[in-house]
Amino acid sequence: MESALTTDMPQPSFFKRLTAGDWLFALALLAGAVFAYHRYADFMDVYEKGFLFSAVVVFSWLGWFFKPMRLLIVGIALLSLFGINQYHGDLARADQTFFLKYLFSSQSAIMWMNVLFVLATAGYWLALLARSEFAGKVASALTWSAVLMGFVGLMVRWYESYLIAPDVGHIPISNLYEVFVLFCLITALIYLYYEKFYETRQLGAFVMLVVSAAVIFILWYTFGREASGIQPLVPALQSYWMKIHVPANFIGYGAFSLAAMVGVAWLCVQRGIFASRLPKPEVLDDFMYKSIAVGFAFFTIATILGAMWAAEAWGGYWSWDPKETWALVVWLNYAAWLHLRLVKGLRGPILAWWAVIGLLVTTFAFLGVNMFLSGLHSYGTL
Amino acid sequence: MKTPNLSTSRALYELFSSMRFAISLLTILGIASIIGTVLKQNEPYVNYVAQFGQFWFDIFEMLGLYDVYHAAWFLALLTFLVASTSLCIYRNTPIMLHELKTFREHATEKSLRAFGHQQEYAFGGNVDDVVKRLAAFLTVRGFRHRSVPQANGDILLAAKAGSYQRLGYIFTHVAIVVICIGGLMDGNVPLKIEELLGYKTVETRDVPSTEVPPQSRLSPANLSFRGNMTLPEGMTGNVAFVRIRDGYLVQELPFMVTLKQFRIEHYATGQPKSFESDVEIRDPELKEPLKATISVNHPLIYKGIAIYQSDFQDGGSQLDFNVWPLRGAAHEPGKMQGNVFKDFTLGEGDSALKVELDDFRLFNVLNLSPDDKGKSQNVGPSVTFKVRDTQGQAREYLSYMQPLMLDGHAYFVSGMRATQNEDFKYLRIPADGENSLGDYMRLRGMLLDPAMAPVIAKRMSGKMLEGQNANPEMVAKFESSMVHLLEAFARDGYTEVAKLLEQSVPEAERDKAAEAYFKVITSAAYEGLAMSRAQAGLSAPEPDERTQRFVGDALNSMSDISFYGTPFYLELNGFEQRQASGFQLTRSPGKNLVYGGSVLLVLGIFAMIYLRERRIWLLVKPESQHVLFAMSANRKNRDFENEYARYAEQLQALFKG
Ligand code: HEM
Repeated sequence: MESALTTDMPQPSFFKRLTAGDWLFALALLAGAVFAYHRYADFMDVYEKGFLFSAVVVFSWLGWFFKPMRLLIVGIALLSLFGINQYHGDLARADQTFFLKYLFSSQSAIMWMNVLFVLATAGYWLALLARSEFAGKVASALTWSAVLMGFVGLMVRWYESYLIAPDVGHIPISNLYEVFVLFCLITALIYLYYEKFYETRQLGAFVMLVVSAAVIFILWYTFGREASGIQPLVPALQSYWMKIHVPANFIGYGAFSLAAMVGVAWLCVQRGIFASRLPKPEVLDDFMYKSIAVGFAFFTIATILGAMWAAEAWGGYWSWDPKETWALVVWLNYAAWLHLRLVKGLRGPILAWWAVIGLLVTTFAFLGVNMFLSGLHSYGTL
Repeated sequence: MKTPNLSTSRALYELFSSMRFAISLLTILGIASIIGTVLKQNEPYVNYVAQFGQFWFDIFEMLGLYDVYHAAWFLALLTFLVASTSLCIYRNTPIMLHELKTFREHATEKSLRAFGHQQEYAFGGNVDDVVKRLAAFLTVRGFRHRSVPQANGDILLAAKAGSYQRLGYIFTHVAIVVICIGGLMDGNVPLKIEELLGYKTVETRDVPSTEVPPQSRLSPANLSFRGNMTLPEGMTGNVAFVRIRDGYLVQELPFMVTLKQFRIEHYATGQPKSFESDVEIRDPELKEPLKATISVNHPLIYKGIAIYQSDFQDGGSQLDFNVWPLRGAAHEPGKMQGNVFKDFTLGEGDSALKVELDDFRLFNVLNLSPDDKGKSQNVGPSVTFKVRDTQGQAREYLSYMQPLMLDGHAYFVSGMRATQNEDFKYLRIPADGENSLGDYMRLRGMLLDPAMAPVIAKRMSGKMLEGQNANPEMVAKFESSMVHLLEAFARDGYTEVAKLLEQSVPEAERDKAAEAYFKVITSAAYEGLAMSRAQAGLSAPEPDERTQRFVGDALNSMSDISFYGTPFYLELNGFEQRQASGFQLTRSPGKNLVYGGSVLLVLGIFAMIYLRERRIWLLVKPESQHVLFAMSANRKNRDFENEYARYAEQLQALFKG
């Protein structure tokens, strides 16, 4: 009767399952927000105050939902604060003091992110080819630390922008360099979540390829174009909408890229490549659906937020500006994908190929538009 | 007895409400929208003609490719989508709602045994107790259930969870329809219809808004529009222009807008930081005018019309010029005053030149470092103007008011081009010690004045041959060749000097001679500078590196004067800026529909993705002491399989007891 009783035992609700650690984490976030509010309220408009406290809710939930996030967020907070502290309000110290020069100035931190991501990619491939459990563990660890350094880089950069001049200061998601960093981080995070969820590390080898590609772009952008500097915001971008529109978009982009790479893995398995090493097709198929579903949901939100922003900045919620239009194309594309899968119950190669091609469409919407088409979207021209 | 057209309409209904049709529509719509991003929309038609040639231009125009998103066929496509989706909703909603309600408690044992996911367990003990436990089992797992006694004494527990997923479908698709309708409302469809019916015609002439005839005007009552209005500071407007294809319509406004002031603020780096317009709204219904400031991202909404800061331009600034002669001996500037968008004439008769002032810029952020690596900075005001001769030939000019620092030295810079599509060629005039054009112009007057050549020659010979008691004819020879040289330079700078060289010097010695010529001209220029400054009652130039360089640069720019094309140089030396602000005015009643629909859409999608409808049947059979467990979901996927396996196992455990 024991086991029977236990199975009869009501499963505690989500909140009941939270540990002391969870609540401590949330409290810490709240404390941080209250402190920030107490200190900077006079500089914030009502939206920013709203964001500050919504952030507490959102990140608490993230930490509760995906426990490793708690550690990550705390880590980001501590390292960023340390980095910011090193400045003593003087930007020049970025290449004078040891810690800033080699670790925590935004440029160095992001450089570390790049290096770690590339190493992680190598690690995942080693794990895949040599069937090495250990290499896989190391690769995950590297990915986590890359994410950590990346976010620290962005945080410090945010602060640096205010050191340049108070009126220049802005959240670092406003030009191609910054959003590429964001892209790497979000893609990696979503992957790490599913890595845990499906208890498989083999896919890292594929997913990290996209991230590494983005890293290469960042490097080219930094050294080839010397475009990694902090630029003041053009008037159109000075809006609180940016703070939510852009991240939402990149959750979409990230998830879609993830799905595409899983699609590639699926196609490999189908052709007997790595078949014995990679997860079973059903798992891959499910993985693909889940990340496209997440991507679709957030991409929808992002597009809607974009429309609301446009309504405020350009005088119309929809102007058929190339970026908008391509967002619509991407959206329709995945709507069709979901229909085929959910309504027609379709599975297999078509969906896999579609997901892969979807990435091309998405990439064009993200990059191609800025490179080849002119429009109202006033940032990120190459 | 079905009539044929009934069955065809049936077939149409089938087609429209089918997934295949929906997917095809989505795809076509996607492709169609891409066209508009590849082909730049709403350009002036002349550009298209230039780009494609008349033949293709006509075809593309017929297809409405210059404004795809308002082309009839595109709107038709959207309408189809709405229709198809609505039919789909009409068709599926009843099913979904039924699914939402029903517990499927009529499932028979036979059908349950046919399930892919079913398993049977033996139990011992009291039936009611088992039923109670199973009920608990379901409840704690979030399943709601009905228990139905069967005719043969069995008890069926029919349970389900996550049914609201079905609402997700309804929400998503209703949202699509709502959004599209909202969009169509604002996508000037009504206007399109009026146009088709011939009530409205697009105005293509460039006439004052007051002269635009009624059939090209839209009344203030117009429900939805998106137009533009450009106001110079201090001016008032009460109409907006709605651009349509190669023309426009005049949208009358229920109020008057006055632009008090337009402001641009800049970052320290010179990039623009904000565009702001102080406006006043006048309206009979208002006691006193409504004052407001409009800036990017901060529109003003009045009477349901939103006014946005969209762009800006010059509003007719007043400009003062020094007109420096570039020909002959004269070297004193004349004065001229003009306004942007107006013109004035210099000279008379056939040589009269019309100066059309096109634009004035207060800030110009340029990167003057040779490799473009350095910092950009603001180099101050600039003016663009055209100079048109009596034949109507025009050249375009771009001049900067203040001298620009180019590798460490200050130059007055003015660009010239003969046609719009070539880039400017720049004349660089070295600024003198007072950062003015004075020295240069005086020197120019001296060197380019034939009458002065002998005088300079005399001074030179005096200096150079002094001491070495040279015989007179040698002096004369020296001077005449010197005069030749100077005259040549006066005609067309170094180009003429080169010609002279070719005529008078044999091949072999040219290089040496060229060097000598260059030296002579330079020192002549130095003399000229000294003389001209003396004439103007100014101190003699310092014989230093700076002066040397000045002379060199001066000579270079003089030999460029002929390409520059005008017999005068317009130096901007004063201005009174007047700006014009560009507004966009919109009334979009569809907006609320679109936003409402968006909320529905998000709710719907999350419901569809994150709620999973599952059903469980537990058939308790007292006399055979068995329980039949069956499970199903409308979407069979991995999560479902895992969940089924888990429950099967837990039930196993439960009955082991
Ligand atoms: C612009 C047109 C349409 C869009 C954007 C659209 C979008 C969607 C989306 C996002 C989903 C949810 C997929 C998911 O679960 O994440 C969905 C599901 C579905 N759509 Fe559409 N849809 C459209 C038109 C149609 C039409 C015309 C039909 C008519 C057959 C249709 C039938 C369905 C059905 C049956 C489902 C699955 C519902 C379920 O099983 O939960 N859709 N659609």
